[in-house]
Amino acid sequence: MIRETKVIVMAEAPNIPDEIEVRAKWGDFKFTPANDKLAKWQVAKYPEGRQKSAVMALLDLAQRQVGADTKTQGWLPVPVIEYVAAYLDMPYMRAYEVATFYTMYNLAPVGRFHVQVCGTTPCMLRGSDDVMAACKNKGMAKGKTTPDGLFTLTEVECMGNCSNAPMVQINDDNYEDLDYDIMTRILEDLAEGKEIPVGSQIGRKTSEPQGGPVILKDMVKANHDYRKEW
Amino acid sequence: MGFDFLQDKDRIFTNVYGFQSWDLKASQKRGDWDKTADIIKRGNDKIIEEMKESGLRGRGGAGFPTGLKWSFMPKESPDGRPSFLVINADESEPGSCKDREILRNDPHKLIEGALIAGFAMRARAAYIYIRGEYIMEAKVMEAAVKEAYDAGLIGKNAAKSGYDFDVFVHRGAGAYICGEETAMIESLEGKKGQPRLKPPFPAGAGLYGCPTTVNNVESIAVVPTILRRGASWFAGFGRENNHGTKLFQVSGHVDKPAVFEEAMSIPFKDMIEKHCGGITGGWDNLLAVIPGGSSVPLVPAEQIMDAPMDFDGLKDLGSGLGTAAVIVMDKSTDIVRAISRLSYFYKHESCGQCTPCREGTGWMWRVMEKMRDGDAEIGDIDTLYEVTKQVEGHTICALGDAAAWPIQGLIRHFRPEMERRINENKGTEVLEAAE
Repeated sequence: MIRETKVIVMAEAPNIPDEIEVRAKWGDFKFTPANDKLAKWQVAKYPEGRQKSAVMALLDLAQRQVGADTKTQGWLPVPVIEYVAAYLDMPYMRAYEVATFYTMYNLAPVGRFHVQVCGTTPCMLRGSDDVMAACKNKGMAKGKTTPDGLFTLTEVECMGNCSNAPMVQINDDNYEDLDYDIMTRILEDLAEGKEIPVGSQIGRKTSEPQGGPVILKDMVKANHDYRKEW
Repeated sequence: MGFDFLQDKDRIFTNVYGFQSWDLKASQKRGDWDKTADIIKRGNDKIIEEMKESGLRGRGGAGFPTGLKWSFMPKESPDGRPSFLVINADESEPGSCKDREILRNDPHKLIEGALIAGFAMRARAAYIYIRGEYIMEAKVMEAAVKEAYDAGLIGKNAAKSGYDFDVFVHRGAGAYICGEETAMIESLEGKKGQPRLKPPFPAGAGLYGCPTTVNNVESIAVVPTILRRGASWFAGFGRENNHGTKLFQVSGHVDKPAVFEEAMSIPFKDMIEKHCGGITGGWDNLLAVIPGGSSVPLVPAEQIMDAPMDFDGLKDLGSGLGTAAVIVMDKSTDIVRAISRLSYFYKHESCGQCTPCREGTGWMWRVMEKMRDGDAEIGDIDTLYEVTKQVEGHTICALGDAAAWPIQGLIRHFRPEMERRINENKGTEVLEAAE
């Protein structure tokens, strides 16, 4: 038990899941026709012969397809990475290198909701400890998936929502201006399958000061054209 | 006499809060894409000259003059290599959240700026590299690019200017280091984002070995307005060498954190009073400020109060404007933990290519964690400082420097607090032993 914890802490990387099982399940992975169309559109963004530039987009697409199949955020089994590498005519290792370098590629299965709490200083100053505590109080642990398969908790680095701190990104959606109670409610609502408005949870439109903007007030109600005042 | 606050009519990003639609029609009503072809017809050199005169310095952190950077691009291509513009939307510097507002609320300013800048530097296409976590933002940007293509504003004969120019959106996947220009180029080529040695500089051999300029989102998005209103208009704001308007982003211990556009050189206190409702618990409660994103050293309360928020004003205080991401810390802050958390960030984000950074960031973080509880010797503070000096300047890119500076700032200004923790920790230990 102690040894297992130690290995995870030191390596800070998930154990790559058992190859044989994974291959049995994902060995025939192919893009769906819709995703194949998207993949070709991504490849076309780059000059001829530079299709490798699309590897990041295609790994993301593949992860999303795995997610749709498994009703989770998705992850990248080795055969799926192989498929993407072959799709782009690049060596498997070059694609694997990319998959392991960037944090948004999951190398092991995750839950239905990937709860990514930002813990960097701007969020920390405004109470990310409380957001993390709300997650732990719901039975989550960093780097682990809850037994019901619903939540995977990760502490992430700055997500660039600092004026709306603290925040969490859950799958594709950001929830901002959080505290312990709001975070608890969000987790409960997600578990119950309720729709939750994304963005600020305290009524801010985006990053204007709470209570309403002090500048550009004309813009609140109408699409004001300031050129007349130049 | 108080500071002349920026007036609404002089703000470039009028839809910064997204109260109105980002779409093409609404953007055009606000003034975007207005006779873009006429601007382009002024010619490459005229545009670059005007950008130089405007005094615009890069908004991504380093503050390099934008017009000058463009002028490094080749005017001809004897070997037929095309040139590229890469727009850095990998906003990941802790504290920074301004480019996000441009991407999701004013995307057409960026696309129009890309066309004009791309034309000026003779590029054939722009790649907008958006950090992977900005998922909704990238969706808006993709949709805006499609709108611009459909309206003939980019693509062949872009905006009827006679110039062919493409704009593509490329999403990252979670790596702070890709904000470094050569790492971004590597990443765009489909590789790990590890910085390249310079020279060759990107203007000579960048993306796919072709001449490339990498500019921040804000630097490009302000271009159309500057060219419409004239260099002297933009240069009319801010002190000498620090001109223009700027998106500031305030986070941390203020009553109302916010993003807003202000004139450069605004005094810190005026800025916080007007836009953020003051410091939590009042001005006497202010401890320190990180004025330019996590990479710059902190500035103690008494020094920052009246400081002008610009490149030179903050450099004079041993810090920097960076991306103008202002992280405010009041007296309730565990200042050692706040900086240690940044050390953890750099440890997490080090790409592992250079040994001083790969090993140093982890070492510095572990020692910083000891400093939090005072579980160290007084001499360790000097060792820590010495190690930051060993990392600084000995790596390919500036991530090593960025990891070193926050710690150096802490030791410079809060050494007594670090010593107090060590002494207190020792005192407790002695007491426990006596019992």
